[in-house]
Amino acid sequence: MFGFGILSGLIILPLVGAAFILVLRGESEAALRNVRWTALLTTIITFLLSLFAWSLFDTRSADFQLVEQKAWLGSGIIYKLGVDGIAMPFVLLTTFLMPICILASWESITTRVKEYMVAFLVLETLMIGVFCALDLVLFYLFFEAGLIPMFLIIGVWGGKNRIYASFKFFLYTLLGSLLMLLAIMAMYGVAGTTDIVTLLKTNFPSSMQKWLWLAFFASFAVKMPMWPVHTWLPDAHVEAPTAGSVILAGILLKMGGYGFIRFSLPMFPEASQYFAPLVWTLSIIAIIYTSLVALVQEDMKKLIAYSSVAHMGFVTMGLFVMNTQGVQGAVFQMVSHGLVSGALFLCVGVVYDRLHTREISAYGGIVKNMPMYAFVMMLFTMANVGLPGTSGFVGEFLTLAGAFRANSWVAFFATVGVILSAGYALFLYRRVIFGVLDKPAVAAMKDLSAREIVCLAPLLVLTIYYGIHPGPILEACAPAVDLLIKNYQTAIAAAKTAAVALH
Amino acid sequence: MSLSFQFAHSLPEIIIALGALFLLMLGAFGAGKRDWIITELAIMILGIALMSMFYPVDGKALVWNGAFVDDAFARFMKMLALGGALVSLVLSREFMAREEIDFFEFPVLILLATLGMSMLISANGLIALYVGLELMSLALYVIAAFHRDNLRASEAGLKYFALGALSSGMLLYGSSLIYGFTGTVSFPELAVALRETPSLGTIFGLVFILAGLAFKMSMVPFHMWTPDVYEGAPTPVTAFFASAAKMAAVAITVRIVITAFPGIKPQWQQIVMFISILSMIVGALGALWQTNIKRLMAYSSIGHMGFAMVGLAAGSENGVAGVLIYLAIYLVMTLGTFAAILSMRVGNHYVENIGDLAGLSRNNGLMAFTVAMMMFSLSGIPPLAGFFAKYYVFAAAINAGLYWLAVIGMLASTIAAFYYLRVIKIVYFDPPARPFERAAIEVRGVMTICLIIVVIFGAIANPLVEAAGAAARSLVWY
Repeated sequence: MFGFGILSGLIILPLVGAAFILVLRGESEAALRNVRWTALLTTIITFLLSLFAWSLFDTRSADFQLVEQKAWLGSGIIYKLGVDGIAMPFVLLTTFLMPICILASWESITTRVKEYMVAFLVLETLMIGVFCALDLVLFYLFFEAGLIPMFLIIGVWGGKNRIYASFKFFLYTLLGSLLMLLAIMAMYGVAGTTDIVTLLKTNFPSSMQKWLWLAFFASFAVKMPMWPVHTWLPDAHVEAPTAGSVILAGILLKMGGYGFIRFSLPMFPEASQYFAPLVWTLSIIAIIYTSLVALVQEDMKKLIAYSSVAHMGFVTMGLFVMNTQGVQGAVFQMVSHGLVSGALFLCVGVVYDRLHTREISAYGGIVKNMPMYAFVMMLFTMANVGLPGTSGFVGEFLTLAGAFRANSWVAFFATVGVILSAGYALFLYRRVIFGVLDKPAVAAMKDLSAREIVCLAPLLVLTIYYGIHPGPILEACAPAVDLLIKNYQTAIAAAKTAAVALH
Repeated sequence: MSLSFQFAHSLPEIIIALGALFLLMLGAFGAGKRDWIITELAIMILGIALMSMFYPVDGKALVWNGAFVDDAFARFMKMLALGGALVSLVLSREFMAREEIDFFEFPVLILLATLGMSMLISANGLIALYVGLELMSLALYVIAAFHRDNLRASEAGLKYFALGALSSGMLLYGSSLIYGFTGTVSFPELAVALRETPSLGTIFGLVFILAGLAFKMSMVPFHMWTPDVYEGAPTPVTAFFASAAKMAAVAITVRIVITAFPGIKPQWQQIVMFISILSMIVGALGALWQTNIKRLMAYSSIGHMGFAMVGLAAGSENGVAGVLIYLAIYLVMTLGTFAAILSMRVGNHYVENIGDLAGLSRNNGLMAFTVAMMMFSLSGIPPLAGFFAKYYVFAAAINAGLYWLAVIGMLASTIAAFYYLRVIKIVYFDPPARPFERAAIEVRGVMTICLIIVVIFGAIANPLVEAAGAAARSLVWY
């Protein structure tokens, strides 16, 4: 339509839904129902469209597909979209999680429903844009614009300390991103274009690579988040409404990892190799330190937030060992974590909606009155720990295997983190689900409602399915990852020869 | 050079000058002291002057014995300045009437100030520069104190006058030094004369001229008047200061350093970088704890002038194009914000505390959304217009190798983001305060138009980017 392709469709669709919601009038119960249904239908249609895009996608090719291009700002800045095997899973993950988020907010959001749904739909547009953009400025635009709706979601519908959390979230991310923006401008100065496909083939001078790498790192490390710039995440998670946490953990954190794969590794291979030990160290610290921190948390959401930081540590470690297992494992781990941590936040949301507290000590023994909930929670806890048979296992195993090939000490320390994660996850589960059911308010809680089952069931199915059969994701990203590693090794070899030739 | 040719190239100035005189007569001999249709007529005159710039004249022309230059750069900047003046007048109608200071002198003075700006933008020599600058400034001194029964406004006017006179003195002193050492006042001849190694005297002259201009642009360290004048002057006057006056001051600064001082580029680059860095930092820090929204906007404008000058510091054609894009976008953001400030009325009384905006999102969704988008845009968050403004100036700076300037700018803009976010927080997160009265239709109209431009700027940016590029190319590049 108008020369736009299916990816533009994916980006525009949620905006259309948002515009439609803005037109709806009235504050009555019926009007609010219309708002909710419109949002849900929009996200479902977007999901179906993304499935259609997926059916057009050729998983054997490493190229960018569904590419569309238009002139935009002149002088080398273009409107260009496309996906490869690395981006496609994230697009699907985004569109898949969105209807669940809308459903999760169905009853818990009662004030300013219209604005809430609009913010979520705009956020969806921006997230899909991040993964589809094939122009660096366009990517930055989507990447950074996501701050606006998320800032409002945390600030307007968040918990008690929401203002502090929203400011921290915004300013942390902004500072990192601005440095990346400077790097983008410098890259434009070298290449004369911001077309990502061209930039992937551009050789940046070694000395410049290091600076550019650091600037991109500043942005992605904050977004991931990596230790020691992770402190915004627990605050943001704790204060955000449930669906906000799901999106934050499910998609927004993945943007950092996606950025590393898309930009840092292929565009600055020499710098990536140079800084890899730094990333490994930070990843290991993240894995071990945040796991220990998670162990002593009194707040459920905070605990899961710290566990997210630890799991993202596996991702960065896997990415920077730069072998097939490591990178594929990292991609898989990100998708899996998107499902599992999203589900865990939903689980917390379920009990929070009933008791309005996230204090672990306020609960206990709910296996007796909420058996179904206890079962679901157990499965996701196990997936979070990385039990074989769940998707969490595949990602952790692959990244660890990759790390072992590169540096066995890195793998060793990371494995310690796996043990710790079992510790905090089971500890949480025991305190919330088991124990004595002696609090009357807790005993009065009802088991999962139909709506909550609809929310959690798809996540549950996929977590198990990908745990047993990880093929679809791995196959989709394999060609792109192979190409990435091949180019990386060629670049490193070329740099070595050049260095030898100089001597 | 025929007279009609000269007229054709200075058509907007002639229209405004004649129009201002006509309105003055009409006011003086008309019915009473009150402004009946003078403002409307002034708006019309500005509109006609704006449209006259679309009159097809070819390329670049030097008229009035070389004192006045008409090129793409001048036309671009005049459109901004005239546009800013026009919208400020539109915004002033309701405010002046409610505050009962709607005297006919106000639109006349605005016209005269705009005439000064227009001459300033087209000035091609030091004398023309001074004449334009003084015509603008004298009118501005008066309208700053236009609410003469109001203590704050009188203070603002007096402060502005005293410091402004000082800065004019510095400018004159610098000009005379330059003239003394080179023997000419015309910009192109200065460029030729300053090709050799510059003497100490010319450097001194340059410093004094830039100091005088920095005052008009309200850049650090000559910014002290800005918060007080912004706060004290009637709000539409503040809008006029922040929009049109800024355009003219920046335009002449760009023109003089690019066309008259290309030979001493390293010297002025240093100065521009210095005031740019200081302005960005002071603008960011000064606004942090302001409670008055006009004072906040004052510091914000100091910071923004710093950002705009980053492009000039690059000293390249791209950099100047970046400055022009920046100014165009800044104009829209400022006018949109001031339209919102002019809608802050409780009963018959205008309020200007940021706290008065509390919970606006519950009372007036559209206005709240406008304020939020303006603030996000001012802090440079994509996809809003402010992002593109920053993008072009910083890209030019990076290309010119000014990495540290760019990094400092980015740090300053993160700090600045904090106080813009604070406004949004008050609008969206806080419990509602007293609702505002409904603003006049023209104020709401301006607000909505600015909102639309700011939000969809990314999709419509190309014509502006190209026009700015053409305008930058039209300056003489050595």
